[in-house]
Amino acid sequence: MTARIGVVTFPGTLDDRDALRAARLAGAEPVSLWHRDKDLKQVDAVVLPGGFSYGDYLRAGAISRFSPVMETIIEQARAGMPVLGICNGFQVLTETHLLPGAMLRNNHLHFICRDQKLRVENAETAWTADYEAGQEISVPLKNIDGQFVADERTLDELEAEGRVAFRYLDGNPNGSLRDIAGITNAAGNVVGLMPHPEHAVEPLVGTGRTDGLGFFTSILKKLVSAS
Amino acid sequence: MTLDTVKHAAETPDVEQPWAELGLKQDEYERIREILGRRPTGAELAMYSVMWSEHCSYKSSKVHLKQFGEKAPENDAMLVGIGENAGVVDVGQGYAVTFKVESHNHPSYIEPYQGAATGVGGIVRDILAMGARPVAVVDPLRFGAADHPDTKRVLPGVVAGIGGYGNCLGLPNIGGEVVFDSCYQGNPLVNAGCIGVMKHEDIHLAKASGPGNKVILYGARTGGDGIGGVSVLASETFDDTKPTKRPAVQVGDPFQEKLLIECTLEIFKEKLVAGIQDLGGAGLSCATSELASAGTGGMRVELDTVPLRDASLSPEEILMSESQERMCAIVEPQHVERFMEICDKWDVTATVIGEVTDGDRLEIFWHGEQIVDVPPGTVAHEGPTYHRPYERPEWQDALQADDANKLPRPSSGGELREQVLALVSSPNQASKAWITDQYDRFVQGNTVLAQPEDAGMIRIDEETNLGVAMATDGNGRYAKLDPYAGAQLALAEAYRNVAASGAKPLAISDCLNFGSPEDPAVMWQFAEATRGLADGCQQLGTPVTGGNVSLYNQTGEVAIHPTPVVAVLGVIDDVNRRTPIAFAEEGQLLYLLGDTREEFGGSAWSEVVHGHLGGLPPAVDLDREKLLGEILIAASRDGMIDAAHDLSDGGLIQAVVESCLRGGKGARLIVPDGLDAFTFLFSESAGRAVVSVPRSEELRFTDMCGARGLPATRIGVVDGDEVDVQGEFSIALSELRTAHEGTIPALLA
Repeated sequence: MTARIGVVTFPGTLDDRDALRAARLAGAEPVSLWHRDKDLKQVDAVVLPGGFSYGDYLRAGAISRFSPVMETIIEQARAGMPVLGICNGFQVLTETHLLPGAMLRNNHLHFICRDQKLRVENAETAWTADYEAGQEISVPLKNIDGQFVADERTLDELEAEGRVAFRYLDGNPNGSLRDIAGITNAAGNVVGLMPHPEHAVEPLVGTGRTDGLGFFTSILKKLVSAS
Repeated sequence: MTLDTVKHAAETPDVEQPWAELGLKQDEYERIREILGRRPTGAELAMYSVMWSEHCSYKSSKVHLKQFGEKAPENDAMLVGIGENAGVVDVGQGYAVTFKVESHNHPSYIEPYQGAATGVGGIVRDILAMGARPVAVVDPLRFGAADHPDTKRVLPGVVAGIGGYGNCLGLPNIGGEVVFDSCYQGNPLVNAGCIGVMKHEDIHLAKASGPGNKVILYGARTGGDGIGGVSVLASETFDDTKPTKRPAVQVGDPFQEKLLIECTLEIFKEKLVAGIQDLGGAGLSCATSELASAGTGGMRVELDTVPLRDASLSPEEILMSESQERMCAIVEPQHVERFMEICDKWDVTATVIGEVTDGDRLEIFWHGEQIVDVPPGTVAHEGPTYHRPYERPEWQDALQADDANKLPRPSSGGELREQVLALVSSPNQASKAWITDQYDRFVQGNTVLAQPEDAGMIRIDEETNLGVAMATDGNGRYAKLDPYAGAQLALAEAYRNVAASGAKPLAISDCLNFGSPEDPAVMWQFAEATRGLADGCQQLGTPVTGGNVSLYNQTGEVAIHPTPVVAVLGVIDDVNRRTPIAFAEEGQLLYLLGDTREEFGGSAWSEVVHGHLGGLPPAVDLDREKLLGEILIAASRDGMIDAAHDLSDGGLIQAVVESCLRGGKGARLIVPDGLDAFTFLFSESAGRAVVSVPRSEELRFTDMCGARGLPATRIGVVDGDEVDVQGEFSIALSELRTAHEGTIPALLA
């Protein structure tokens, strides 16, 4: 018995094949989802992968939120289905208000691609249970619109409720407020982050680390034990 | 304005035509009249002018380029050779790889962001048109002096353009070069390379056969951008007395290109096309004439059906437009419906604009009236051929006599130390991470090695771990001193870089960047460089699969250094066996492979310390390169080495510093017997590499080198947190890191 993890492809999505691979390597059954279909093909969880959906010409993630597939995902996420938004997927989650805040252009205005150290602040979400709270991991970061911002009250709330899921270590790469790299909703089923765990799942490629595999094993264990 | 139809042209032979403004010479215009037996229509003139431009027709270069075919070594791996959109080589396990480098130099100077962006887009569509999924890009770049104010305008724009376009396509950027030299001031070289992978049976060729088959134009709508890009921009010398040529630069939309890639791959998967061609330089003129000419010869196009961004475009402008993100497919009638469905799925506009006919003429109509009636081969392939005069420039002897080996050398350990720091922090030798970190190198999840490694490496099969590697190299300083040797040194360096990564070099592509062919001295450099490259490829057994020539890289009378850039493609059976450059294991032994001689002509040391360019470049020994390559590949395959770094500009010390910083470990070096410290550290003798050998493998490794006759000298050990040259000096890694990594951000950030 394994779980089905869906990965959405929007026009302009780039890291869908990587996310499908990561799900497969973790032992899940990867399922491709298409932006025009409302049908989620009975998946147990969804990954919104990175890329530049619809070109990001208006604002990163701003158009994707209106796609048919997102209608179903928003509904299901509110009902508790686990959803992970990576990079552009995180931007889509903030546009849909499943997660608070917004992403601005990096404070240095450049695209940045590097191995990024993070601290897992919350190891109780659906996607982080395989990590220890406070664990330090390194996964690739690559974006141009990665500066997380929110108003002070929202930030205080996120901190108070333990909803800051990841924080940047060894230098904030983009000016994100309070070094926030990723957050979760209150229920812990919807998680978004800018860095790319799906690029750190094999020792052979990328940065040579497998620190990102825990996202996919976390969700798999949760889903399999629940079924 | 009345439409200039074929009929009208025949009736009005004496109408003045703007052939000179379109970049044609008088005799070329006369030749067109001779071919057609009348004056060309405006639309025909437009087509001939772009297709007969230097950029498209290779009219000055092709008499020299034919050596690449004539001297091509026997090579079973070649599946498709020169002449198609890109060459294709067999890499085993049923896979084929296509790759190519191209220039986008002139547009990138005028409009750095869009020029560089569309350079990436164009090369990616070339690869796609062969039937391959693009899997990686590389970007060899050359700019003026690093501290020149215009470099600060051009470089950030070019880098942002490459990143902005390539990152949105989801193609990892795995290599390339960044070089600064004042000779490129006003003529930056923006070359772009791409690698694509397919199964043998998926190779697609650009030809239109089968009368009745439909001609489908799909992708972006046609706009007024890039009109005359190849003829006006790429085939003339810049001159500041002329008006701005910015409108001749195309504007890219990477999102549209990403859709075009996925859409095209799905169309290939269902085997829906009989022939395919991308639209790049010369746009529809090129695609229709090349497809028709390579097929059965006849094609009829209704030009008014082409979807436009700007309804006011004239037929001539539509034929010349270089609007990006367009492809042209030849599709059998029964597949048209499915073809259209797939385009609709990806939101890609597709239009049947014509069909293949059983005639031998390319006929183009505008609202029912015929405006083009030409034999397509005369447009596509029978452009003029020039035997331009060439002559060794008179200054060449004086340049070679100005021997860099006679320059004052450092006389103490302290002075050596100072010069090492000056070298590793000089713009050309400094870390380019500030630039390459603006490119996504991880996307697709198959990147095994990327810059600053010697070669980029991509896994192409997740089950078997089959991979390909590519390195691009060029050294204009060497080529200026001796263009024949310079071209071979570029080839040798790229070959060595691929071998150092553990991959076996298979084939090459080249991008030949030179000044004006109308200058006999430049033409001599070109002739010598192509001869050197063809001879070198023959000797190394690596055929040229295709490439690109960029001429007129000069401002006024001053040409750039002759700059042949060579891309070598290699294959590795198991990417687990790759060799990185990092010295990561304390206690491992460092071996220098090859012979070190006093060779400083064109060296980084002579440039950084003395601002000097003169003498002769390092001697070329391609048999030695081949042997070194074999040893590096065997040692990698059998686990005898854990790191390897080729030695090139900057010599041994540059390579050691890079490997130490990459691995975060220091090194203790001992100057070997028979060499002085200066020559040991700074010489740029070719055919060398430094390797890190686990102690348990030392005997096996040195035995192998001994048996094969490759000099292998133990020069030290990986150890500590400084680079120490015994008895001379030591420098802490932290100091080296600051020097090496601080320069580029300080100049450009």
